[in-house]
Amino acid sequence: MTVLLELKGVNKSFGALRVAQDVTFDLPEGQALGVIGPNGAGKSTLFNLIGGALPPSSGQIAFDGHDVTRTPASARCRAGVARSFQIPHPFVGMSVFENLLVASSFGESGHTDPEAAAAHILDITGLRHRANRHAGSLTLLERKRLELSRALATGPKLLLLDEIAGGLTEGECHDLVATIKDVQSTGVSIIWIEHIVHALMAVVDRLIVIDFGRIVADGDPATVMAQPEVQEIYMGISVEDAA
Amino acid sequence: MIWVNAILQGVLLGGLYALFAAGLSLMFGVMRFVNIAHGDFIVVGAYAILTAIVTMGLPPVLGVAAVLVLMAVAGFAGQYVVLNRVLGKDILPPILVTFGMSIILQNALLEIYSADSRKLPTGTFETSSIDLAGGLAVGVLPLCMFLTALAVIGGLQFVFYRTALGRMLRATSDDPEIVPLMGGNNNRIFAIATAMASLVVGIAGIWLAMKTQFDPAAGPARLLFAFEAVIIGGLGNLWGTLAGGIILGVAQTLGAQIGGGFQILAGHLVFLLILIVRPKGLFPRMKG
Repeated sequence: MTVLLELKGVNKSFGALRVAQDVTFDLPEGQALGVIGPNGAGKSTLFNLIGGALPPSSGQIAFDGHDVTRTPASARCRAGVARSFQIPHPFVGMSVFENLLVASSFGESGHTDPEAAAAHILDITGLRHRANRHAGSLTLLERKRLELSRALATGPKLLLLDEIAGGLTEGECHDLVATIKDVQSTGVSIIWIEHIVHALMAVVDRLIVIDFGRIVADGDPATVMAQPEVQEIYMGISVEDAA
Repeated sequence: MIWVNAILQGVLLGGLYALFAAGLSLMFGVMRFVNIAHGDFIVVGAYAILTAIVTMGLPPVLGVAAVLVLMAVAGFAGQYVVLNRVLGKDILPPILVTFGMSIILQNALLEIYSADSRKLPTGTFETSSIDLAGGLAVGVLPLCMFLTALAVIGGLQFVFYRTALGRMLRATSDDPEIVPLMGGNNNRIFAIATAMASLVVGIAGIWLAMKTQFDPAAGPARLLFAFEAVIIGGLGNLWGTLAGGIILGVAQTLGAQIGGGFQILAGHLVFLLILIVRPKGLFPRMKG
């Protein structure tokens, strides 16, 4: 299986604060990887490092066979790394459809017909009926779907989802999970940070747990969740108390 | 009839002010920064066309083309090399840099062209007029100037709202921090915006050269008119900028009917009045 993303000994410090410590993992093509960890564990930092918003203090990041450690965010996006934000940042002055067109023209997505591609993406993400609405007038769920759509419009190989299910109701969350599964089935690799663990577990093939900037567990989701140290770190319950 | 005539002439003069203002409005719209040297760039455009046609003897079409290309290239390069370095969260550095540019340009023009006021001779173009009903007449030059303003603003509007380039400019205006994460390069988009603005500045400079006397120190007053037109119309709205230019032009020509000294003052008073009544301008489109 081809490795799409490779992090080797990646460190990031802000002064004395080490937000990523020796982070090393491979992401095979087509995999959906979940990332969990307490608040402030360094999950979003991980995305900033992969997406190119932050340069690592040391270590290497390779994407699609090329070293991208020093590549700026815009070039990484064109290479195929797209990101959706925890707090949606649509271009509010534009329609939903135009938001996607912007992403596809900036991203040099290679769509020969960006408008047809954008319409197709809106079909996948279930926003087609909102295509001509102003992005500023959307509900939270629709904004999250727009974040996802816009990330897809850049033509990504790797999709970084940052707490896309946060703040949604149970039913909305369920629908979004179905959409993300559809996206994965198109062959896009996914790394998904999420606090809503059951949503994550429904999609991902593999789970990484981060605490204090360090990977503390990595493997099959059910096995990882069953590890006592993960339960202790993540769920905030000590194993003895639970017993 | 004198008053009707004054309004008519004011509307046409407003076209020139709208041309002054369009470039300023465009740069502010995309990059949220105010180019203090804007008026001086217009004057540079005026001297450039004077040099091309009077000194070098180029045919008008070629001279105009040369000036416009030169302005656009200079705008692109200036943005890339100088202004992109100072754009950021702090609004002061670009203001200081363009203020410095303003001083440099005024002194350079003074050194090269002396302090004499100049004008581009256009022969019968500036004296011919079209008679209208009721003894009114419009000059061909002001009319063409106004039509140019309509075309420029219509053209910018088309680019902004009907093309992929315009979408990118609007997206950058909306959220410059997100654009790189969509694969866009802000520096390049800013340079394109400034190239477009400089092209419009070139057009404004050419009309300035034909319409009135100008000298190396004429820039700041053009900047002031441009500012007033942009603010009256409402930030971020190009048609509003045209309306702002017309309101300013009409106010000035009506003021001139009251007395020669009232011309400029009347424009400023109307500007003040609009600021008091509608601080965001008449047709604001931009938030924040």
